Amino acid sequence: MNQIFDPIELDEIVKSQSTDPSAVISVLQTIQEKYRYIPREVFRPLSLKMGISEARIYSVVTFYENFSLDPKGHFVIKICDGTACHVRKSMPNLERLRKELDLPEGKVTKDDLSFSVETVSCLGACGLAPVLTVNDKVYPAMTPDKVSDLVAKLKEELANETH
Amino acid sequence: MTIDGQTVEIENERNVLELIRKAGIVLPTFCYHSELSIHGGCRMCIVEDDRGSLIPSCSEEPRNGMIIHTNTRRVRRYRRNILELLLANHSRDCTICFNSGNCRLQELARSFNISSIRFMNTAHSPHMDHSSKCISKDPNRCILCGDCVRICNEVQNVGAIDFAHRGSDMHISTPFGVPLAESVCVGCGQCAAVCPTGAIIVKNDINKVWRALDNQETFVTVQVAPAVRVALGQEFGLGDGENSIGYIVAALHRLGFDKVFDTSTSADLTVIEESREFVQRLQSWHDMPLFTSCCPAWINYVEKHYPEIMPHVSTCRSPMQMFASVLADEYRKVPGKRHVHVAIMPCTAKKFEAARDEFVTDGQPNVDFVLTTQELVQMIRQSGILWEDLEPEGVDNPFSVYTGAAVIFGVTGGVTEAVLRELADDHGPTALKKLAFVGVRGQDGLKETKITVGGKELSIAVVSGLGNASALIEDLKSGVRKYHFVEVMACPGGCVCGAGQPVVPLSHRAARGKGLYSADLLTSIKRSEDNPLMATLYDGLLKGRNHDLLHVHYPGHKGHHNHAA
Amino acid sequence: MKLTSRADLKEARQIFSRALQLQETKILVCAGTGCIAGGSLIIRDKINELLKAKSLPVTVEMADEPHDKEINIKSSGCHGFCEMGPLVRIEPQGFLYIRVQLEDCEEIVNETIVAGKHIPRLAYTFEDKMYPKQDEIPFYRQQTRVVLEHCGHIDATSVKEYIGVGGYSALEKALFELTPDKIVKEMSDSGLRGRGGGGFPVGRKWAEVQRQKNKPKYVVCNGDEGDPGAFMDRSIMEGDPHRMLEGMIISGIACDASEAYIYVRAEYPMAVNRLKLAIEQATDIGLLGDNILGSNFSFKIKINRGAGAFVCGEGSALTASIEGKRGMPRVKPPRTAEHGLFNQPTVLNNVETFANVPEILNRGANWYNKYGPAKSPGTKAFALTGNIRNTGLIEVPMGSTLRTIIYDIGGGIPGGAEFKAVQIGGPSGGCLTTDDLDLPLDFDSLKKAGAMVGSGGLVVMDSNTCMVEVARFFMNFIQNESCGKCVPCREGTKRMLMILERIVSGRGNIGDLDLLLELADTVSNTALCGLGKTAPNPVVSTIRKFRDEYLAHIVDKRCPGKVCAKMRRYYVDPELCKGCSKCAQACASAAITGKVKESFSIDLSKCTRCGACINTCKFSAIKEGW
Repeated sequence: MNQIFDPIELDEIVKSQSTDPSAVISVLQTIQEKYRYIPREVFRPLSLKMGISEARIYSVVTFYENFSLDPKGHFVIKICDGTACHVRKSMPNLERLRKELDLPEGKVTKDDLSFSVETVSCLGACGLAPVLTVNDKVYPAMTPDKVSDLVAKLKEELANETH
Repeated sequence: MTIDGQTVEIENERNVLELIRKAGIVLPTFCYHSELSIHGGCRMCIVEDDRGSLIPSCSEEPRNGMIIHTNTRRVRRYRRNILELLLANHSRDCTICFNSGNCRLQELARSFNISSIRFMNTAHSPHMDHSSKCISKDPNRCILCGDCVRICNEVQNVGAIDFAHRGSDMHISTPFGVPLAESVCVGCGQCAAVCPTGAIIVKNDINKVWRALDNQETFVTVQVAPAVRVALGQEFGLGDGENSIGYIVAALHRLGFDKVFDTSTSADLTVIEESREFVQRLQSWHDMPLFTSCCPAWINYVEKHYPEIMPHVSTCRSPMQMFASVLADEYRKVPGKRHVHVAIMPCTAKKFEAARDEFVTDGQPNVDFVLTTQELVQMIRQSGILWEDLEPEGVDNPFSVYTGAAVIFGVTGGVTEAVLRELADDHGPTALKKLAFVGVRGQDGLKETKITVGGKELSIAVVSGLGNASALIEDLKSGVRKYHFVEVMACPGGCVCGAGQPVVPLSHRAARGKGLYSADLLTSIKRSEDNPLMATLYDGLLKGRNHDLLHVHYPGHKGHHNHAA
Repeated sequence: MKLTSRADLKEARQIFSRALQLQETKILVCAGTGCIAGGSLIIRDKINELLKAKSLPVTVEMADEPHDKEINIKSSGCHGFCEMGPLVRIEPQGFLYIRVQLEDCEEIVNETIVAGKHIPRLAYTFEDKMYPKQDEIPFYRQQTRVVLEHCGHIDATSVKEYIGVGGYSALEKALFELTPDKIVKEMSDSGLRGRGGGGFPVGRKWAEVQRQKNKPKYVVCNGDEGDPGAFMDRSIMEGDPHRMLEGMIISGIACDASEAYIYVRAEYPMAVNRLKLAIEQATDIGLLGDNILGSNFSFKIKINRGAGAFVCGEGSALTASIEGKRGMPRVKPPRTAEHGLFNQPTVLNNVETFANVPEILNRGANWYNKYGPAKSPGTKAFALTGNIRNTGLIEVPMGSTLRTIIYDIGGGIPGGAEFKAVQIGGPSGGCLTTDDLDLPLDFDSLKKAGAMVGSGGLVVMDSNTCMVEVARFFMNFIQNESCGKCVPCREGTKRMLMILERIVSGRGNIGDLDLLLELADTVSNTALCGLGKTAPNPVVSTIRKFRDEYLAHIVDKRCPGKVCAKMRRYYVDPELCKGCSKCAQACASAAITGKVKESFSIDLSKCTRCGACINTCKFSAIKEGW
């Protein structure tokens, strides 16, 4: 789940890596693993600790696809649209997924932070195309109907958890 | 090596492009600046070798026996296509662009005779940034050459802007796109100075000044900074660094200013005040070393990047503000026309300084408007004044006297030399002349010198360029270096290379410094204290009020109090 | 255990090798990403549990005290036959069971492990022929596995097994028998060319770094396998990580580097874990760290994870990313060999290249360059994906033909469709068609054919594919991944994509093809890095080979592959239409007109192909056509 930013934790994260500017990507990755996104409040202290301008950190964060400046949903679903998945028709899966979750194109995360849907260029599981992942677990050989079943299952899981 | 059939000797050139330029061939580039790291993004400098390979000349090392062609059918076609691609994503309303006529993209589009663009125009970014008092940013005119990013980071170490996002979404941005005014930008304007298009421009305040001049109810005074006189003339055909103060004064009179003054006059005040402060601090040894305070971008830099060193910064107002205090006292207290004060500066950050709360008296800024050298050029052109017809004139009384020490304020090392003249044990002309050779002159980013004054050896540093300043601060903090006095100018080379000046290549800028030193030679008084006007001021208007009128306590300074309160 | 001398390593090898020999039965469960997704780890645990329940002497790790009736369950690297996963191989018989499910475990234990019998229903069958043994299956029989020799045959998580099958003997040789010059010479003589895309001779690269006086020097392994449809490097990192580490250490010896980085793309979390484990094991046992095997050579390896940028597969972008910067390529010269990571001399090779190194040193350059054509010797791993029967990971000698790969190994095109094209070399490669089926796949012939080996992804496309749409897909990918630094790639690919989007949506002009080719020429000649220079390849190669498909889209507004949604034609079947007018009401662009109770008709010039009408018609009177 998305957590509230804690400056003391940032200290520990930076300490566990390095204050050398070259470590900024791995520090950001650790922050993202912790909070599931890069909270804006991280920038100032991180800039001071690592001696890199906030503009440079922002520049790095926005360059790499995996960093998110927005909180992510409980379930992050990544649809692979690599070549192999694409020629085995991955796009209909995405369409179904968006429809099931009522997520319009261009919107990544549900307002209630339940689901995030992203496309990725290749997960390297091409033999199982088309694939998607839910919180990094791979689901092979997907079809739109299997997508619907999966969403139903995940929604149920979510409902059980919140109770 | 051979360039377009000419044999060119390879000396110490870093790359083929420099050699090509040495051979007298003007190769178009957007992202190449000899003082910045090599970017290689614009691809305009591509040339063809004898085997038909295409080489970006900015990054290619020159080798003996190399044969290159800079103007083949292929490279012309590619350059043209690249220009077309850039133009397709560019706001093409050149006529209303402030940089029209001063834009490399426009110039190249014209020379390549590009009359139609085969692609839809996609320059529709809504993210204009007019928040800063000094500069404006328009992404629709940006060609992403990154010159601004590199100067902001590599030279100035300000780090206000960088590339954000990637690919066709890439743009130049502050973190989270916050307005520049809320960012760590210090307003030095160097980004605007290197921008080849109109994407980052200096704020323009000409119309406000015209309004004041047009108004019969106002009494408009103006001060001109030392650095302006050695740069403005080149826009009217004078040589590099040629002193044109007489013409400038004449032009300002013609434009309708009621009184024209020279900031050099108040620079003499600064020298005296700063010297006194320095002597005091030396004696009490508090907050040493002393940093100079004339440069507004430097003050911003301290506030935003090194607030902890503010107590070390002199409390002296900048010469512009000292003059403004004196003039406000002189003219605003007298009933009659409303007094408006304009300053002609080589600087963009002065626009910010003028608007600071610290320099507002009774709701009116002491300096109402700051114009850059380039804006003055524009005003002269707008007014239709023919430069050739001007006859040099002198500045107006009662503040018409200044010394050589004050004139050299505009170049890096000048403030220090002026203070040294003030403090020197021997005031004889030979001794004062010798100060020129103690190591404070020249274009180096960091100059260090030791000089004995009153039996005490003083260690002095002169830095220009904020990157050099921050390196020096780090060294002071870690104890690697120790000084008594540090002069800082935000722009590399000092005010003569300010972002408000007409832009010239680095190699030409040295001439401007020389111009000021020549102006110094022409003055009859070399020490500020010897300026007879000073005695008049200290005995008159400034009597008992010199601290109030000539000093300032910024947040972080001892004795700072909130002006809003 | 810490090995501190050559003798220690030799002794350890003997012990481990004997332990492997003593394992009477080996159950190799594929633990590649594909099979794990299919549940292979659960199967592994289930088999273990069942064997334990029978009190059989089962082990999952190499036992310290080898037992001669031992049954060992291994988590092996990718077997390659991903289409058929989860895969389980049983030794000594060499049986391969495919698509194994949890329910099959009991039978496998009872029938095969205990009774030694084959289970036909779990075997691979093709065209009515059953193949009990892995080696007999055509998919495997036609391959030559050098780099992948251990994948699927040893436990991917055990340094002991790697040593036991002869691993780290090349390192031993490099440390104690060869001089750095000799190592570089061996690499040069072998003719090995970089497997990452460019095909630069490895010997030459190493020699250049060796010559540099500036220290420290670095070794960097490029594991940022970003080409969609390529997963060779992932399989090596997951399946035989020590082989790659050994290659890296050897290059460190050759070039006098003692620090190394592996840059792994973010999408490969398991590869990162396996590599971490392998580095830990190698360090614990004394094959990494200070004074390796008592020599004065020290070597350390760090792992950097990518953060999602395809361009980081480019050398200078990759090193920038390790330095914590935006992954933007920089201008060359200076080259990476001189000024690479942290501006120091750097050996930069990809995973497969490093994995080739140990065997070349072990067996010699002459053995290696016997495979493949003289100028592109050796074998190459390919990932076979897309519309092909046997997707998976394969390795063949360089110079094998497309026909061998697609038909003999890949088993041809499934579902009755025809082979149409194969995209080779990733999004910036090119496409090959039926005309190229007998083209030998090697660096030089492919370049001539307008494609490239790239990292080795082969995406097969069948007759139901629209090549214009494929070109748009690749251009979209490249455009998303362009770093934005240089104008031709940033602006040029954007314009090319806009033109392609226009064409697939039926708004193309006849001048578009020339404009595309002109842009392609500018981009490929002036872009800064390899990604940009090759970005137009898919467009150029599809225009060259499928010009008629482009023309069909542009002139006839028709998609022969029946893919492009905007080319669909809707019409009303007058026989079925009752004239209810529902469709006309649903049509947002007023393309449907008619009189109530008479047959309606659709004006295709107004139709936006949204499909709303088809959904509202209760009588199925609206038909779709191409």
